[in-house]
Amino acid sequence: MVNYGIAILLLPLIAFVVQIFVGKRLPRNGDWVSVGAVALTLCMSLAMFGVMLVKYDPEFSVDGTWTWFDLGALEVQMGILIDNVTIVMLLVVSLVSTLVHVYSTTYMEGDVRYSRYFAFLSLFTFSMNGIVLANNLLGIYIFWELVGISSYLLIGHWFEKDSASDAAKKAFLVNRVGDIGMFIGIMLFFTATGSFLFRDVFAGVESGLLSTEILTVAGLCLFAGAIGKSAQFPLHVWLPDAMEGPTPVSALIHAATMVAAGVYLSFRLFPIFTPTALTIIAYIGGFTAIFAAIIAVTQNDIKKVLAYSTVSQLGYMILAVGVGAYTYGLFHLVTHAAFKAGLFLCSGSVIHAMHHAYHELHDHESDPQDMRNMGGMRDKMKTTYLTMLICTVALSGVPFTSGFLSKDAILAGTLSFTQHHPEHFLLVLFGFGAAFLTAFYMFRLIFMTFYGEPVRREVYDNIHESPSAMTAPLVALATLSFFLFFTLPYFNPFSDHGWFTVLIDSRDSVVPGHLNLTAHEIAEGMHHAHTPAMLLSILIAFSGIGLAVLMYLQKRISADDIAAKLALPYKLSLNKFFVDETYQRYLIDPSLALARMIAFFDWEIYDKYIVNGFGKVTEKFSRLVGIRWDYDILDQQIVDGVGRSTSFFGAGLRLIQTGKVQNYLVWVLTGVIMIYVFQAI
Amino acid sequence: MVVFSTNLIYSAVALLFTLLGVAGLYVFLWADFIAVTQILIYVGGILVIIIFGIMLTHRITSVRLSHSSMQQGTGGAIVLVIFVGLTSMIFRAPWYRVAAVEPEETVRQIGRLLMIDYLLPFEVASVLLLAALMGAALLSRKVD
Amino acid sequence: MVDLNSYLIIGAVLFSLGLFGVITRRNGVAVLMGVELILNAANVNFVAFSRFGGMDLSGHVFSLFVIILAAAEAAVALAIILNIFNNMGTINIDEADQLRQ
Repeated sequence: MVNYGIAILLLPLIAFVVQIFVGKRLPRNGDWVSVGAVALTLCMSLAMFGVMLVKYDPEFSVDGTWTWFDLGALEVQMGILIDNVTIVMLLVVSLVSTLVHVYSTTYMEGDVRYSRYFAFLSLFTFSMNGIVLANNLLGIYIFWELVGISSYLLIGHWFEKDSASDAAKKAFLVNRVGDIGMFIGIMLFFTATGSFLFRDVFAGVESGLLSTEILTVAGLCLFAGAIGKSAQFPLHVWLPDAMEGPTPVSALIHAATMVAAGVYLSFRLFPIFTPTALTIIAYIGGFTAIFAAIIAVTQNDIKKVLAYSTVSQLGYMILAVGVGAYTYGLFHLVTHAAFKAGLFLCSGSVIHAMHHAYHELHDHESDPQDMRNMGGMRDKMKTTYLTMLICTVALSGVPFTSGFLSKDAILAGTLSFTQHHPEHFLLVLFGFGAAFLTAFYMFRLIFMTFYGEPVRREVYDNIHESPSAMTAPLVALATLSFFLFFTLPYFNPFSDHGWFTVLIDSRDSVVPGHLNLTAHEIAEGMHHAHTPAMLLSILIAFSGIGLAVLMYLQKRISADDIAAKLALPYKLSLNKFFVDETYQRYLIDPSLALARMIAFFDWEIYDKYIVNGFGKVTEKFSRLVGIRWDYDILDQQIVDGVGRSTSFFGAGLRLIQTGKVQNYLVWVLTGVIMIYVFQAI
Repeated sequence: MVVFSTNLIYSAVALLFTLLGVAGLYVFLWADFIAVTQILIYVGGILVIIIFGIMLTHRITSVRLSHSSMQQGTGGAIVLVIFVGLTSMIFRAPWYRVAAVEPEETVRQIGRLLMIDYLLPFEVASVLLLAALMGAALLSRKVD
Repeated sequence: MVDLNSYLIIGAVLFSLGLFGVITRRNGVAVLMGVELILNAANVNFVAFSRFGGMDLSGHVFSLFVIILAAAEAAVALAIILNIFNNMGTINIDEADQLRQ
């Protein structure tokens, strides 16, 4: 099992290396390398998945740990953990990745940096798998950063556009802020327990190595990483901007996988969060959910709507973790991955078609992503329309879809939590309010894009359905949006009881002192709240859809009127609550000003000293070299002197060679005498 | 005279007298056989050879050998040093002396010694003489 | 009374004179004469030691050998000198300096 895990991990890495170095020289720019690698990982993930289903053991867990480096006092280990959650996540990642790869072969056709794109897609898949497979905090952190890098590289794929490169930088830096908190959290746990491994950390927490206060803080620090990566408020600002990247990238990274990493981390770490930490987490999640949903209502760019929708749904997942229904948070992650990726790819298909249409008309001004330029597409792009509709329905939480089950579970959890802690009623409002808005804005999107009269007739005429390489993944993902795949072997569309909920079991919290509810208690609460939640969520979903129908399909209520009446909320929503602007004014600009000041100081003053100093030193040095003149002369003397003396002595010594024996005899005798003399002495 | 004379014949004659003198010394030293041998061989043989050499290599026109000495100064100095060294050594060294009895004749004993104790050197010496003879003959033949 | 030392001094004198002759004389034959002097000096020493050392006759024997050798050497030396004379027309050994480079 572990070997499979390692193979799954390394295959995309190999693809990345190959693509990066020789990709351009391969036929078709080597996209088949990446696609092949990731398809292979999909097969392996499916195999593992099959094994898991056969075993049907909620406690299944395989662990492989080895020592990475040993510094005597510090021993760092690396390892792989494979349990049911890992297998499911691997499957999700490889499935969506494969579909995105296939989709990209058409979407990115003719792109300038085609092979590089696929290389980075493979790099990302490798990194994401790493996060999922790691069994220790350090490993997760390493792959966490790798995923951030891949995201940066991919968002900035069209880096000629300033907006794209800026967005990439923003994504990475905002992530970094979260990562700082995460690293502090990791080190806190490491200092207390002496190890990075999950099981050691859990054991350490259970035996009370950390006080409750520190544990809360440490847990929240780790969660900070999730805030960054999963775009929770206040670190959500990078995700909408990340839409600058190619749409398949948005589908893979910013809908299904990378942003899910934060949820995954929270899931893994659930047992060590104190109630305080969990409450804060719940509020962050809930607030993000409603906050993003409000913004999504007024956006006109199709991808921005989806982006904010993602932020909102992530809020849901985090909310689930906070209220204790954390396995359902993961459930929502998986279902959301399917239909959100589907939504993004569908929107990509629409944008692709719009792009082509504009190209035909030699129109380079209009924005192919603006929904106000669309309309009436459903006749021309049947497959895209249908699949998008199905995914939207799933997202809105309509029965018979997978989304309904997961969202419903989360809402049940929230309701149950509030029943036990009535002071947190806001969470319920957040949860159900966001559900309402989600249904509303998603159907607004559908109606604006696919229904009604096309805004420009010529554009409409040039719209074609996308090629099968693009529509096939759409169909696959739409299919997965149905409830069936998650409830097997049961067939009840209103119950989430199925292989998922059985195999991915809740664990008790290991926080000492019985502060948290046990898994059992949480499940009990949810059970009671289930039916009211379900009824309420169906009601809200349909009312949201109904409002959208009224406003955008039948145009009975005018959107502009409401916008005028609710001017302030409208303006706030349209401008994303001015969060970016606030950051700019209060954080970024002062930092830049400070940097400028320091730079001035550094350049004008410090450098002058150094430069001058260097000049003076050099001058002195050259004078020393001038001494070389003397030296040269001295050298002349010496060198010459040596030469001269040699020839002198040579000439002198030559005189000894007289050839006369008697002379030689004299020398011999001299030698004899000298020996005598030295003997005497 | 041997070494200082510029005339070679004078040197030769001086050598003759020197050798005779040494023979006399031998007699004083009770070395009768050696004395006789000295005269016989040295005087009679070697000196004759030398005189022959002088004769044969002399210029017909009696050339006064130009000041037949070189590097006198250095040579003299060195020799002087050596002489002084030797004499000082002679006077300083504690010679081991043993009383001796004057023998009747030494010939017999020498003969016995030659044949018994020093046989090998004796034979080698004869071989050496043979070699010298051949060598000298070879060296002095006329080159055709 | 005539002492060992005297004989040894005589030997030393003879030796020094002979040495001087060897070093100084330009004529080959004269050099040969100097060599004979040296050999004689050695002989005197031998015999003197023999006399004053218990009349051990090995000194005599050795002296005998020296005489033999002197004879042989004189013969060969003269042969060489004759050759030099034939080749160079002079026995000025100064001019036999082909050992010089």
